[in-house]
Amino acid sequence: MEKVKIDVPVMAELHAKGEKPEYLFWVGCAGAFDDRYKKVVRAFVKILHYLKVSYAVLGKEESCTGDPARRAGNEMLFQMQALRNIELFNAYGIDKIITICPHCYNIFRNEYPDLGGNYTVINYLQFLEKCINDGTLNIKSELFKNKRVTYHDPCYLGRGNNIYQEPRQILNALSVELAEMKRNRSFALCCGAGGAQMFKEAEKGNKEVFIERTEDALETGTAIIATACPFCMTMLTDGLKYKNKEEEIKNLDIAELIAQALNL
Amino acid sequence: MARQIIFTAILLLTLGIFTYTALRIIAFFRLTKSAFPIKNFGRRFALMLNVAFGQTKIFRRPVIGFFHALVFWGFCVILFGSIEMVIDGLTGTDKALKILGLVYDIIMASGDIFALLVAVSIVIFLFRRLFLHIKRFEGIEMKHSNHVDAIIALTMILMLMLSLLGMNSAYFALKTRIAESLFGVYPISSRLSTIYNGSSIKFTETLYEVCWWTHIVLIFIFANILPYSKHFHVFLSVPNVFLSRLDPLGKLPNMEHVMREVKLMLNPDTAFSAQASDTPAERFGVKDIEDVTWKNYFDALSCTQCGRCTSVCPANITGKKLSPRKIIMDVRARMKEKGPGLIKNGKEYTDSKSLIRDYVSEEELWACTTCNACAQECPININHPTLIVDMRRYLVMEEGLAPGEIKAVFSNIENNGAPWQYSPEDRLLWAKDLEMNVH
Repeated sequence: MEKVKIDVPVMAELHAKGEKPEYLFWVGCAGAFDDRYKKVVRAFVKILHYLKVSYAVLGKEESCTGDPARRAGNEMLFQMQALRNIELFNAYGIDKIITICPHCYNIFRNEYPDLGGNYTVINYLQFLEKCINDGTLNIKSELFKNKRVTYHDPCYLGRGNNIYQEPRQILNALSVELAEMKRNRSFALCCGAGGAQMFKEAEKGNKEVFIERTEDALETGTAIIATACPFCMTMLTDGLKYKNKEEEIKNLDIAELIAQALNL
Repeated sequence: MARQIIFTAILLLTLGIFTYTALRIIAFFRLTKSAFPIKNFGRRFALMLNVAFGQTKIFRRPVIGFFHALVFWGFCVILFGSIEMVIDGLTGTDKALKILGLVYDIIMASGDIFALLVAVSIVIFLFRRLFLHIKRFEGIEMKHSNHVDAIIALTMILMLMLSLLGMNSAYFALKTRIAESLFGVYPISSRLSTIYNGSSIKFTETLYEVCWWTHIVLIFIFANILPYSKHFHVFLSVPNVFLSRLDPLGKLPNMEHVMREVKLMLNPDTAFSAQASDTPAERFGVKDIEDVTWKNYFDALSCTQCGRCTSVCPANITGKKLSPRKIIMDVRARMKEKGPGLIKNGKEYTDSKSLIRDYVSEEELWACTTCNACAQECPININHPTLIVDMRRYLVMEEGLAPGEIKAVFSNIENNGAPWQYSPEDRLLWAKDLEMNVH
């Protein structure tokens, strides 16, 4: 099998050449800096190239959306980040943004318009589901056929923005045996990392939220926990380690499942 | 005629007390801040039909939700009969709305059936509250008085239903006995009326009068107790749903006055001018009751402490102090405590207490994951996370308080544009040596 090198297009370089891609792919801080989540970004970029999508990333010019600051109460810092990002997007004439992180998706879609940043914001699950639906992405692989997979709904995709069907339709296209947790869709339990909890110790209690949620997943007897958010991935991977299950049960992002199925 | 005069007097007294209460509550609302404009009446109306009249969110717990739905729909139907009783009481008519013909028969028959269904549901609720161990009826915010409040309301509703059935069955027995034409259809009460077969006409007549007066006077008392009870819910939950925030749950409201200041700061022409803004400094976020929005207060008055929010809160489930229900109840209690002083002495009034700390601790506020499970679950669309974040906004922007790790996140975002301490120069490391298989 032949391997080709992927040159990830950077917005500033395209702009210098007078080119404009169709999409901005917003990598997000976790995608850029979290070693585990970098693999998810790489998987998604492979799919973008496989589908020959016209896109670019901001690279060194990307900067936090301001989400953790806003949810932790620092509105001032959030607004400075947001206004700076909007200025950058407008300078490049960006109108469509693809995100993988649900928190970035939510803030671009719902909160940037209040500050004058209006874009078509697409979550990667919506994008991939659409490609599967219209036939541009055809997964023939039987890699995951009848494999038991459970899907953890990230709060900012599910309850936050009503994205429940897309991930399930993608998993369906992968022919997995979808095993729902007892708390699923709008009833899903948070992984424990939202609202800037990711970055701090939890308050005193009698249990960690991520352990409670990992137990939900284990109850399904699943082989794979599919996630769609960098924070959920960190928390549930930690949960699997805590339960000494990280050898038998894999925690994979939906983009990774597709990339593996396509053998990219 | 004497009957009409007595009735009118009682009605006026009821309305008088109710007006006093309503004015007091309106005065409390005047202390609150603006929230969002009420537009999209079509969408709001559809939401109200769906969530309030359709009871869709209460059905997220199907079994007990079903009994609540019976009580709610029962109230809607029975309200029709209560309006008729007021007309009859004022004008001296007998079954004034019978002119509606078939519609009347249908409504009266439904009301009669629902009276029984509501009574049965209430008995189930009472039994559950008194004898079963329901986790969501417990918690630090649930005091003895909250349970007493619930039991009083349930008992009153039960008495309302029993007096209604008593009234209908006596009416049916009486009219059949004296062979007068009977208005309305009473599927349940007609069967119950057989118990009067042995008793005199006089007795049945008296029983009808007693039940009639008991029923209407109970309604009047109930209406005036509700605003002081958690069961204000009965009046306010439908409007609360109508006035719901229509944004996606994930969205936090923008702080316009912060935006104005940040824009001035980022603009090189205005950044260093002494007078950054001409508007008087407004407090950032929510510290005390005068900082909450009218919608926060409306939510607090509509809440009936069912605890569905707290029962799905990840922080609460795992033993943290945070309980979304408590925060909503705290808003109501704090307004009750400080509101009268603010009305009397003006905005500057202080009792050296505040909503934050004296009611809601920092520990509770920092335990929230903003997962929105509470808001999703609330049967009447109360929004807890926006209020929690508003209180965090006060702590961070007015007092510079946050957990140490969160402060580190702030300075990382400020210095290197990421919550972690990594250089922007490294943002493309993931793309290094990336290759893919070609098929």
